[in-house]
Amino acid sequence: MMKKTVITVVGKDRVGIIAKVCTYLANNKVNILDISQTIVQGFFNMMMIVDIHDAEKDFNVIQEELGQVGEETGVIIKLQREDIFDSMHRL
Amino acid sequence: MINIKEVIETNTMIEKENLDVRTITLGISLLDCIDSDKKKLMEKIYEKITRLAKDLVPVGRAIEREYGIPIVNKRISITPIALIGEAACKSPEDYVEIAKTLDKAAHSVGVNFIGGFSALVSKGMSVGDKNLILSIPEALACTERVCSSVNVGSTKTGLNMDAVKLLGEIIKETARLTKEKDCLGCAKLVVFCNAPDDNPFMAGAFHGVTEADAVINVGVSGPGVVKTALSQIQDADFGVLCDTVKKTAFKITRVGQLVAKEASKRLHIPFGIIDLSLAPTPAVGDSIAEIFEVMGLERAGAPGTTAALALLNDQVKKGGVMASSYVGGLSGAFIPVSEDQGMIQAVLDKALTLEKLEAMTCVCSVGLDMIAIPGDTKASTISGMIADEMAIGMVNQKTTAVRLIPVIGKSVGETAQFGGLLGYAPIMPVNSYSCEKFIHRGGRIPAPIHSFKN
Repeated sequence: MMKKTVITVVGKDRVGIIAKVCTYLANNKVNILDISQTIVQGFFNMMMIVDIHDAEKDFNVIQEELGQVGEETGVIIKLQREDIFDSMHRL
Repeated sequence: MINIKEVIETNTMIEKENLDVRTITLGISLLDCIDSDKKKLMEKIYEKITRLAKDLVPVGRAIEREYGIPIVNKRISITPIALIGEAACKSPEDYVEIAKTLDKAAHSVGVNFIGGFSALVSKGMSVGDKNLILSIPEALACTERVCSSVNVGSTKTGLNMDAVKLLGEIIKETARLTKEKDCLGCAKLVVFCNAPDDNPFMAGAFHGVTEADAVINVGVSGPGVVKTALSQIQDADFGVLCDTVKKTAFKITRVGQLVAKEASKRLHIPFGIIDLSLAPTPAVGDSIAEIFEVMGLERAGAPGTTAALALLNDQVKKGGVMASSYVGGLSGAFIPVSEDQGMIQAVLDKALTLEKLEAMTCVCSVGLDMIAIPGDTKASTISGMIADEMAIGMVNQKTTAVRLIPVIGKSVGETAQFGGLLGYAPIMPVNSYSCEKFIHRGGRIPAPIHSFKN
């Protein structure tokens, strides 16, 4: 079964942010379903909807490691289950 | 599929506007713990609470992490202890021992409050009820996490004025025993009229006898989210204003519903209700008073405040009931003074008085909440204030509550410090004319005529 999860990346725009995140996801068998980005108040905002069903690592581990990738790149990376957005914005 | 705008909106609510799940409260029935042997009773209570609640805190933390939403408190409510203890407790001292057992259980499972050191005496007091009430000052002084409440009236039964009189004295005594901490004990004691059985918020939570063996109730909050939404429609008319509050309340409640369902599934305990209450915290931006200001009032307490609160309370409920089939508890807007930066400021600016607060409680979801008054206020005056507030609840068929703190050694112009979520409060002046003869009459005030609906 698909386990939809939302990754958000917020921070100052720079070369290679998406590349780094995608490399991590590819190495950990996380499939990207949708990706979009925008600039809000001068900050780079990216959102990915991913499926972590095939990932070998736990949700918590991926969350922590993505957080570290974020720290290395100077951005904040969050991993949240999709349900919270669905329940708030969909009837 | 969800889009980036929606994701950013949700995360902004959480990160910048203080949206949170205020509490997951596990309601536990202690009816099966009743025993005439006090030692056995205490063992059974401790065993049941620690067994059912052992995963509450870790599950709460896991949900918090996975959904990225803070769950500020994990708490427990229990069957009113006056009922559970009556067979074994023959004196107030016996009840104090039960309170210690509850405190120990709360520490052991890591919850920050356990509510239900309570008595329901809306028509009369049994011997056990009275012993429990008499034990409250000592029980709250010698425990850290136990919360107490007493229901002294209802629309159906009228007001138990003997209990109202006694509670004036109990509040004074509770203040005296905790005077080193600015009378903090009184912040853990609520006097109710029409108390709900399923309220997850402290200090007034208890697990009613009409409830199942165990149940998960969730309280959601978010005054800051409502304030931000309203600040984007500054010049709109009341129709648009109401619609905006409703939509915001809907979104907040849906998050609560998700967390409640998830907690219920993981703990294998049925879901009870969502309590959608705009509960402020001392953090700037997390304030009901600031919502009034965005609505167009210079300060909370200005003429128009009661109307603004009525509107807010009603729209919050309307948005909430659309979002969850089981909305319960208190659901509405809380107006505690000490826990709301904007209310504190309104008191300091002399915009908000005790009398205006009383008027506001006619249309909000609770009552005179977290109000510091001079330490030399007479017990009978406190009883008079309780009687007024209970009368509002009784006649208007709504829950009202009183949580007053007579701060010993302090008077008007000074400030009481409670710390944490309980905040700080300027001491408010109280009408100094006496109601002693009225309070000393004793007996009951009968139920109002419109309660006879059978």
